[in-house]
Formats: sequence, C-alpha cells, structure tokens
Amino acid sequence: MIRKKVLSLFATATLAMGLLAACSGEKASTDDGKKGDGGASVIKIATQSPLSGGSATLGEAIKLGAQLALNEQKDKFKDLGFDIQLVPYDDQGDPKKGVANAELIGADKAILGVVGHLNSGVAIPSSVTYEKYKIPMVSPANTATDVTDRGLAAVNRIVARDDFQGPAGAEFAVNKLGAKKIFVIQDKTAYGTGLAEAFKAAAEELGAEIVGFEGVTVGEKDYNGVLNHVVAQAPDLVYFGGLYSEGGLIIKQGREKGLDVPFMGGDGLDSSTLVEIAGDAVKNTFITSVAGDTTATEAGKEFAAKYKDKYGKNVESYSAYGYDSMGVVLKGIEDAINGNDGKLPSREQVRDAVRAVTDFQGVVTTVTFDDKGDNENAQVFIYEFTEVAYPPKQNAVISK
Amino acid sequence: MLAEILHTLPQVLIDGLALGAIYAIVALGYTMVYGILELINFAHGEIFMTGAFIGTAILITLTGLGWIAVMPALLALLLVLVITSVLTGFIGMGIERIAYRPLRKAPKLITLITAIGVSFLLQDLVRFITEVKRGNYILTGPSMFTDRVEVKTSSVLSVFNDASFKESFIIVFVVAAIMMITLDFFINKTKWGTAMRAVAQDRDTSALMGVNVNKVIGLVFFLGSALGGATGVLFAIQYGTIDPYIGFILGLKAFTAAVLGGIGNIRGAMFGGILLGVLEMFASANLTLMTNGVFGAEYKDVFAFAILILVLLFKPEGIFGKVVMEKV
Repeated sequence: MIRKKVLSLFATATLAMGLLAACSGEKASTDDGKKGDGGASVIKIATQSPLSGGSATLGEAIKLGAQLALNEQKDKFKDLGFDIQLVPYDDQGDPKKGVANAELIGADKAILGVVGHLNSGVAIPSSVTYEKYKIPMVSPANTATDVTDRGLAAVNRIVARDDFQGPAGAEFAVNKLGAKKIFVIQDKTAYGTGLAEAFKAAAEELGAEIVGFEGVTVGEKDYNGVLNHVVAQAPDLVYFGGLYSEGGLIIKQGREKGLDVPFMGGDGLDSSTLVEIAGDAVKNTFITSVAGDTTATEAGKEFAAKYKDKYGKNVESYSAYGYDSMGVVLKGIEDAINGNDGKLPSREQVRDAVRAVTDFQGVVTTVTFDDKGDNENAQVFIYEFTEVAYPPKQNAVISK
Repeated sequence: MLAEILHTLPQVLIDGLALGAIYAIVALGYTMVYGILELINFAHGEIFMTGAFIGTAILITLTGLGWIAVMPALLALLLVLVITSVLTGFIGMGIERIAYRPLRKAPKLITLITAIGVSFLLQDLVRFITEVKRGNYILTGPSMFTDRVEVKTSSVLSVFNDASFKESFIIVFVVAAIMMITLDFFINKTKWGTAMRAVAQDRDTSALMGVNVNKVIGLVFFLGSALGGATGVLFAIQYGTIDPYIGFILGLKAFTAAVLGGIGNIRGAMFGGILLGVLEMFASANLTLMTNGVFGAEYKDVFAFAILILVLLFKPEGIFGKVVMEKV
C-alpha cells in the first residue's frame, strides 16, 4: 500500500521534474543563450507577408526566398553554436493583423529579426511595434517614403524609395531616350501627382523642357481633350503619373491620334491589365519599377534555378528580395554574435548590427544602409514593352 | 493664343461631338423619365453601364465563336445593339416594376433614394459577375472600327490643323442620330407617343381618357433603358475599355445635359448633351492656353459647370425648357 503510494508520488514527481526541466531548458536557450538540451541555442527569424488573400503569391515568394537563405546558412550558424529557425507569420495584407503579429513576435524572445512586409500600409504601423521591442525589420518590398522617414532605428529596407522613381525615370528619359520636350500628365492622386512632380523637377534639372503639365480625372474614359493639347505641343516623350487603367487609355488614345513618341510611367503602370487595355499601342512604353528582373544577371539565374529546384515554382519579382533581406538579417545577427564574444546577442545589439551592414552582396542588390535605414545602393529598374505582352523587358538599371 | 486654339479646333470638335452624342442619348433617358414621373432616375447611368458590359460580353462571345471574323462588322454591331437594347430595356422595365411602381404615391425623395440604391446594386452586381468570370472588373472588348480617317480641314481654312478620327466615331454619331430622330418621330407622330405626352401632362386625366398609364410608364422605361443600353455599346466600341463605374460620372454629366437643355424636353436633352460634350472637350484642350497655365485641363468640369450655372441663372428652365406650373 505504502509502496504503491510512494511509486505514484515518485512518478508524479518525475513528470513534474521533466516538465520543469523542459521549461527551464527552453528558458535557458532563449533568455541567457546558454546551451539547451539540443546542444545549440535557438535563434528565430520571423517573416511577415500575406500568405492568404489576393497578394498571397507575392507574400509566399518573400517567405520562400527568406527560407532559402536561412537553410543555406544553417550550417554556418551551427558552427557558431546556434540553431536558426524561420517563423512565418501571415499578415493578410491587413495593418491590424500585421500589428497583432508584431506583438506576438515581440513576445517571443527567441526572435531576433523580421523580414517583411509586402505592403507599406502594413509595414508602417507594424514597425512601431518592432521599434518598441527593438527587433530589426528588413523590408524586401516597401517603397512608401514614410516607412523610413519616421527615423525608426529598427526599420530598414533594401528596395528603392517611391520618390526615387521619378528622378530615375527622368534620367533615363533625358539621357538614354534623348527627350528634350516632355509632356507630363498626372491623375491628381497623391501617388500620381507626387511621381509626376518628382519627374518634372528632375527632368528640368537635366535640361529637358516641360511643355505641359496637365491633370486628368480618375475613372473617366475619354482623354481626347488633354491629348489634343499634347499633340499640339508635339513633345518627344509623354510621362504619365498614375495607374494602369487611366494610363492604358491615355496610351491607346494618344497612339490613335498619331502620337508615336515613347510613353513613360511609374510602377503604377506595372500590370498585365495595362497591356490588355492599350493593346498594340503599349509598344514603346517604358515603366520604372523598384523590383528588378531576377533573371537578368548570372547570380539571379542561378538563384532562380535553385529556387525552382527546391520549391518547384518560378521566382516572383520579390522572391530574390526576400532572399536578400534574410541575408541581411543573418549578416546582422552574425556580426552581433561576433561582437558579443560568440554569445547570444541581445535584440538591441542585433538591431544596431543590421543597421551597420555595409556592402552586403545579395542576389539582386548590394546593401548599405544609411542612417535612416534606406539602402544606399537601391536601384530603380526601367522596363520596356517591346511586344504586346506582359511582363515587359528590363532595359536599364538606374542607381542612386 | 487664338491661332493655337484654332489649330486644334477641328479635332476638338470631332472628339467633342463623339462624347456629346453619348451624353445626349443618355440624357434622353433621364429627361423622358423625369418628364413623365418627375423622378430623377439615378439608376439610368448604371443601365448605360450594364449595356456596355452586356454588349462587350456578346462581342467577346461572338469573337470566341469565330462569328465576328466571318460576319460583316456592321452586321455584328447591329446584332449586338439590338440584343443589348432589348435586354437593358427589360432591365429598365423590371426596375420600374419592382423598385419604383410600389412607391409611386410615396414622396418623391423616397423614390430618389431608391433609385440611388438600385444604382449601387447594379454597379456591384456587374462588378461581381465580371470578376467571377474574368478575374478583373476592368473589361477590354475586341477592337472594332479602328481605322483612321483623315480630314483635310487645313484645306478649308489654313489656320486649322488636319483632324482625324476613328471609324467608330462615325458609327457612334450616325447611330446616335438615328436613335434620336426615331425617338423624336415616335413621340411626336405615333399613338403611343401621344399617350406618353398625355401621361406626362396629366396622369389622372389621361387615365380617365382611356390611356393605360402603367403600360405607358413601362414603355417609357423600356425606351429610355434600351437607348441607354445601346449607348453603352457605342461607348464600349468607341473607348474600348469599360469598368462598372463608368455610369456614375457619365450619368451625372448626362443628367446635367438634360437640365441644361431643359429637363423633360427631348430635343433639349439632345442639344444639351452635344453642347456639354463639346464644351468639355474644348476646355480640356485649351484651358491651359486660355489661362496661361493657371488652370489646367483638370478644371474642364469646373469650366463646363460654370457655363451650366450661367445658363441656369438667366434661363432657369433650361435652354429649351418651358416654364410650367409645378404639378401637384
């Protein structure tokens, strides 16, 4: 009887001890960086991108790119005594969900970095939370100026800013296409007007003459009036700041009026619908985009092959950016570990190490962050529609 | 400045007439319904949009079946116009039967709100169906009548530049003219037209005289919606790309045109539509020149509506409108 009681007590005690041990083991590996039961302490890196909903393809591409980079460096970190793991979060392209996830990420002490987001609208509120927890975020895709202009120490991005698209387009238009008289049309939205004004200022500085600056109303279908004015001015390039639905019609109706000069616009025109609307007229149209064609370089081709081999999918525009963002985060963590005598660094140390990354050589971009977290080597890519097909061909790369 | 405006004038007139013809026929739908019910049928712009979608859908289907290639383009257009206008005509009648007739005795404001509701309903219905079928609610139809025609206006007067237009412009203009003339004839010369005018004048008395008021009102909605739907097809052919929201701005402007011409007056609506189209096109091409760049083309609507206000200040009943006592 007594023996039975002792036995059960012993069994319960063992169980409790086991549980406690497991807990403490976990704690040890996360909090103090002491070696846990597995022999290496765990470092987690989160990705935040939409994995469901309309832009899931792009969000998934960011995650898979990041995953690929992490898998490749697993062995290197094992040698340093750390086990790196990826924790994918689905932000659903929704700011509320992004912030909620960010809180979860902040609460998980093992997470030392975030790769994300796809949407600037999600990145901006979520990054406030990262800042609070001192977790560095490296964005593969956010172009809104406000992402870095708030001066948060935790926020970095490897792509170009929106306000660099206009100047880059102007440089290409004036220097490469030799445009002297440029007509600018914009759609009276924040995006369109901002882009058109940045383009106009840069083009004027480069010596081109702006022969007209007109606005059109979003949602209308007849732009013949403005185009009559354009034809009368006989420009040798037409720049449109706006989105593809208006842009497509302006290109189409312009060509119908015999306007054979190149048309140019920003990434708002980057859509297969533009080709659908404009049809044949889309030829000789140029667009600027912050996302480069991955397969344009040797390194990129290699990456695309690796990606296809591993996941059985073709690369999306942001796959390689996800890969490079993860590369930057891991470089930061590695530097922080080295700077901390091989011990697990704090989030603050990682945050500062990520910001200090210089000349990181990625697949699509080299990364050096300035004091705001913008990539000094960010590039804008010029695409040209040479045929009636989407996507267009990459024509040139404009660096800052 | 004047020389520059004159340079582009022929082209501006051509583009303005194309847009104005479309405003004019849509304005007819507003003015007919207002004339007879004193109801501003805000859903009429959406009927126009629905017509554009139905027409494009038929054209895409016909192209898919390979019929367009073997059929003369004009015949195909006629077929699409007839099918679309019958369909939208019935949609219009259905809307009247379901949404307006039960409210005919209610205060006018209530019917107005219902009309706005119907217009949202149609918008989202079309958007939903198109998105399910095509994955994108912006629809681009097969291009027809795209050959360019040059007009040597410079030989008429040397200050003019040459103008050019697409073949579809002639189609739009001719079809619009035929529709308007037929409607004018129908209303003024036939028995049904007389009944319509009678109901417009005094509903109760004409009922006493043996006119079936419900039938006449149904007919008005059928005619107006059929014309609106057919115009949608013309619009889709002229501009190529449509979305479920084209009816809103265009409907507002067509309504404005109806008011400009004198609401309730058929010929006034035609004139008002053409005038508004030409004014708008003229403003968007020349505002920058006229104001030295202070006001750009984006103020074209302000310009057009300023003229509307001016006209209404001096002639509140519209250009062709008659001063009538408020019906009670």
